Amino acid sequence: MSRLLVCPPEYFQIDYEINPWMRRENAVVPSRAVSQWQTLVQVLEQDVGVGVERMQPVPGLPDLVFTANAGVVAGHRVVISRFRYPERRREEVYFAQWFREHGYEVLTLEESLYFEGAGDLLGFPDTWFGGYRQRSDIRSFPKLSEIFQREIIPLELIDGRFYHLDTCFCPLSGGELLYVPSAFDAYGLAAIAQRIPEEQRLAVPEDEAIRFACNAVCVGKHIVIPAGCPRTMRLVESRGYRTHEVELGEFMKSGGAAKCLTLALD
Amino acid sequence: MQVLLRNACLSRADVSPEGSVMTAVQETVFLQGHIIDSLILAKVLDTILMMGGTFDLQDVNIGTTRDAPSQARIVVRAHSSRLLAEILQAIQPHGAAVERDSDCRFEPAPAEGIFPDDFYATTHLPTQIRLDGDWVEVEGMEMDLGICVDPAKARARTLPMGSVKAGDLIVTGREGIRVTPLARPAERDVFGFMESVVSSERPHQPVIADIAQRMLKLRAGYRQGQAGTKVLLAGGPAIVHAGGRQALTWLIEAGFIHVLFCGNALAAHDMEAALYGTSLGYGLTAGRSVPHGHEHHLRTINRIRAIGSIHEAVRSGVITEGIMAACVHHDVKMVMAGTIRDDGPLPGVVTDSMQAQEAMRAEVQGVGLALLVASTLHAIATGNLLPASVPTVCVDVNPSVPTKLADRGSFQAVGLVMDAASFLKELARELGWRL
Repeated sequence: MSRLLVCPPEYFQIDYEINPWMRRENAVVPSRAVSQWQTLVQVLEQDVGVGVERMQPVPGLPDLVFTANAGVVAGHRVVISRFRYPERRREEVYFAQWFREHGYEVLTLEESLYFEGAGDLLGFPDTWFGGYRQRSDIRSFPKLSEIFQREIIPLELIDGRFYHLDTCFCPLSGGELLYVPSAFDAYGLAAIAQRIPEEQRLAVPEDEAIRFACNAVCVGKHIVIPAGCPRTMRLVESRGYRTHEVELGEFMKSGGAAKCLTLALD
Repeated sequence: MQVLLRNACLSRADVSPEGSVMTAVQETVFLQGHIIDSLILAKVLDTILMMGGTFDLQDVNIGTTRDAPSQARIVVRAHSSRLLAEILQAIQPHGAAVERDSDCRFEPAPAEGIFPDDFYATTHLPTQIRLDGDWVEVEGMEMDLGICVDPAKARARTLPMGSVKAGDLIVTGREGIRVTPLARPAERDVFGFMESVVSSERPHQPVIADIAQRMLKLRAGYRQGQAGTKVLLAGGPAIVHAGGRQALTWLIEAGFIHVLFCGNALAAHDMEAALYGTSLGYGLTAGRSVPHGHEHHLRTINRIRAIGSIHEAVRSGVITEGIMAACVHHDVKMVMAGTIRDDGPLPGVVTDSMQAQEAMRAEVQGVGLALLVASTLHAIATGNLLPASVPTVCVDVNPSVPTKLADRGSFQAVGLVMDAASFLKELARELGWRL
């Protein structure tokens, strides 16, 4: 059974602005955030049938809820993130601690190499893709490639709204790719096209892209997707996926949705 | 993808920005990872070109399997350090990291005239050494010398082996030394297109026309006191024998030549012609030997020795015309280097080879064009003293001389296989000489 790491949003709020979505005056409604998060976890556990590991939230670390940025896990090995912004850097020790307590081999990259975990590194079984320029440093990928023995194709993220790769690039279990073409330059699009045939590339409509259509969680034939993306849902349904729509508006205020709130452990 | 990448690689050769200076600044960057299929390498190379820089791809290792990463070392060049900095800043986010160089190493010379064992031998290309983190231009660039360092003043200069003193700090090894290949010159003349090919079939006229254009520009600059505008001619006695004397005299009088390197013979036969109308005893106009003509050059040398100097011989009116007279009248710097077969020699001929080399080295400073005409010995010696950035024309009936010069690896060395007199006459005519 697939397992995901999550962190309850007890302390989730907007304390700082480190991406174009965050506005301190656009305050999170805590009760709504908690209920949206609980629905998400419920859908994952009950409808999709994945195991969910909850880590302890920490006061003063509002973004600990976005566990996708904890690091990258393969087998019993994890490489912990090195956040670009100091605001999130304090999360690193808590993520590392959780993995250590759960028996993982915990690795870190050298201090100067920014790398924001599964938010910027995702892909298919053979090929991983790494988003760089906004948050992660491209130079982290050769090291991760060596650690995990995987090919990592770097993709430059050219639109600040899609500041992590998982906001514009979502590999599906059947080999299809849900993506936002405008988030990449011609080199990135050519590199994607070389790895993923045209019939497998599913471009998300622009208006749904900014409602985080790509920040979806795909487990087997299930896709948990933020509410407000009907055309994307029909697109993946036409490929045989079962969609689960979850309202995640409170988290979008911070620039994240379903995928950002989870980290695949297996 | 492959097409994009190939285009990026191919287009490098086409790029030679108009108005670029002779040398460029450069920095080596290293790129690694899955840089091929991701087109990151192509993107970096395209970025360099689009911003107006150029590059050389060195040590490209393509991963043999999909998982294996690739590496590329890229030398990035730009016409100014500001542009270079901008390019480096633009490619850095794509992982192109500047290779951290180390300082150069240096050791004291163990004794007078002896370099440390592992001394660095120079090329004739612009060279920098890294001292305490900063790149310092090596002064007096010339091939086959050592580099002497003054760390306190952050300066470095070339030094011939024979001139080194015990304790001089001499650069050793190869670390922290940067040699800059020449960028193509902005001028679209024969020097700009030079491919170091020497051929007797090469049409001479367009080459000579280009040289003349250069000389006109240099003369204008020289008259305005601009640096690097001197024209040097190193020549052998064949200039006189073959009938190029008048043309060369005119070129000097018209202000096109500012430095003359020659030996005892050119001077002796030029003044022999002035005094007797012969060259090595042959009547220059009649074209046959005259009675006791073989003595003429000896009598000439003896006469000048009696007077004391060529300058005095000209000033006193003994020598009234010709190359030597023109040089004295127009204040052309002359270095006459002796050989073991010399008669006399004439006063002023430097018979100590190392001293002659030093005297020539002093006079090549500020030279912007060198004409090496009909003298293997002086042509090669002068070629060795010149930095690669100085355009050089080598004229000889024997193709081996221009070939040897062209082999120095500079695309600014033009070789012409033709006789000295024809060359000088054609050149003078291009510049307005009317006999």
